[in-house]
Amino acid sequence: MDLPAGATETAEFSVAPDLTAKRSWRSVKSAIMTGLMTASVIAVAVPLVAVIWAVFARGLQVVVHGFPSFFVDEIPVIARKPGPGMGPAIIGTLLATGVATLIAVPLGVAGAVYLNEYGMKNRFSRLVRFMANVMTGVPSIVMGLFIYVTWTLRFGYSAFGGGLALASLMLPVVIGATEQMLKLVPNHLREASYAVGTSKSRTIMAVVLPAALPGIVSGSLLAVARAAGETAPLLFATGAATEYNLNPFVEANTSLSLQIFGNATSSFGAAQDRAWGAALTLVLLTFLITLVARFVTARFARIRR
Amino acid sequence: MGSEEIDKGPVDARPGVRLALKPSPRTLDRPGKVAGTQTSVVFELDKLEVFYGAFRAVRSVSMQIFKNEITAFIGPSGCGKTTVLRSLNRMHDVTPGARVSGGLRYHTADLYAPHVSATEVRRRIGMVFQKPNPFPKSIYDNVAFGLRSKGVHAKSDIDSLVEKSLRGAALWDEVKDRLRASALGLSGGQQQRLCIARTIAVGPEVVLMDEPCSALDPVATAHIEELMRELKSKFTIVIVTHNMQQAARVSDRTAFFTTEVDAKFGLRTGTLVEYNATDKIFSNPGDERTERYITGRFG
Repeated sequence: MDLPAGATETAEFSVAPDLTAKRSWRSVKSAIMTGLMTASVIAVAVPLVAVIWAVFARGLQVVVHGFPSFFVDEIPVIARKPGPGMGPAIIGTLLATGVATLIAVPLGVAGAVYLNEYGMKNRFSRLVRFMANVMTGVPSIVMGLFIYVTWTLRFGYSAFGGGLALASLMLPVVIGATEQMLKLVPNHLREASYAVGTSKSRTIMAVVLPAALPGIVSGSLLAVARAAGETAPLLFATGAATEYNLNPFVEANTSLSLQIFGNATSSFGAAQDRAWGAALTLVLLTFLITLVARFVTARFARIRR
Repeated sequence: MGSEEIDKGPVDARPGVRLALKPSPRTLDRPGKVAGTQTSVVFELDKLEVFYGAFRAVRSVSMQIFKNEITAFIGPSGCGKTTVLRSLNRMHDVTPGARVSGGLRYHTADLYAPHVSATEVRRRIGMVFQKPNPFPKSIYDNVAFGLRSKGVHAKSDIDSLVEKSLRGAALWDEVKDRLRASALGLSGGQQQRLCIARTIAVGPEVVLMDEPCSALDPVATAHIEELMRELKSKFTIVIVTHNMQQAARVSDRTAFFTTEVDAKFGLRTGTLVEYNATDKIFSNPGDERTERYITGRFG
């Protein structure tokens, strides 16, 4: 074996190389940055946990007291009267959010497919993308005002009107999220599909959208969850009811968010209790919707990995 | 070079008429033909040029590609061999800014005539890519995908064609017990054979392969090469490869491309140097540039 001048085989291997970590500026920096990041995570988690804690602490007893009457009974007309329930508000929230989802998700996904798969960088799609971004910034109360003027003044209060307002809020979010997800679908999958003689439309339906599905569902869910908690646009469009109204198209309805607002600002303790109960119900409802949607997506995407 | 004589046969590209299904019965006289075999011309390239925007990537390629042969495109990076390959099944249609000029005939049909549907073209001229790109679906659904696009929906038909294609791609024995498992769980070599199965399932006449083995280990490469020799009896294969030994091993005919500085644009552009029977190219190349390249004295 060729050895460098002066080196012998024994000298090379008799002393184990020193591999222990040395105290250095680099290791100090590493410790500081790790500490900062941990602190940030805690700072983010504290308010989140605090909110959930407050809602559960104040709302749980209201909801479980005489279960399940809180979820099914009608809302007391006299605010100071203690007791349940929030049934009509749950239905109202489901109706308005459902209408909004049925409008905004198909439109938003179709729009994003156009923008990413067909329009690409042409002038029209750049305009649409810009308008969607602007729409994201429109305050929800302005959106409610818009629906009030264009819809409610003509057709009266209804859950559908509230749904229209919520849909206008959701639409840009769904478009944005879907377009991002479509961008992430690798081009080689599209090429693989074209290479076996598949048309563009079928490539989108059978390859691109399924590949992007989990992301699209996540983005849409975020929009749905935000919409379910919106209050301002519903103030204009939904009106205020205390009884069940299962028809989304006629008569005033109500929603959990409206009931939280109305009851929490009341001076009566009984009403305030109901507001906490409604808040907990809303959190649970959003959680449930997310859970169901995730489960369905997982079933769809079972083979993927 | 291929035959200088360009056949001016009837071009089946009348409005509303899709590509001619039947292969041309004509046989063309060609230099360097393999003794005793008469095969027809599948592709005829006549001064084909491909542009990306204003950049001319490939300059004036004229050649003929013959039925039931393996034709290899070799040459250094950037010489346009992949670009020419992708023009053969109109894959450039999906690349923004890409444009093809000059003549390109598939049997008697002009591939770039206005009323030719790229979807119909690709159903007859399939493609296997450099990186194995199975869909994130099951093994079965990967192979069935093209069949369903084609309009085959009867389960029994799909079942038998999936099995036939997987057997054809020498993958059946390895996957027959897990057809419903994700294709992404296969090894790289298996994925590439799955992509070949997916391509041959729709019953193309031509299979284009863009460096199909460059992402694979030598064992998987040997598998694919053996498969190509088997597939030759049923399909016409055009393969782009960086591996000269591979071209020498599998192909009947080899085209050597290289880059040259484009006088008009001042940029490097690809061009066809020499096209001949593979043994001729590797034993007695007609052009000095080819010789330098195959003996490894080229950059």
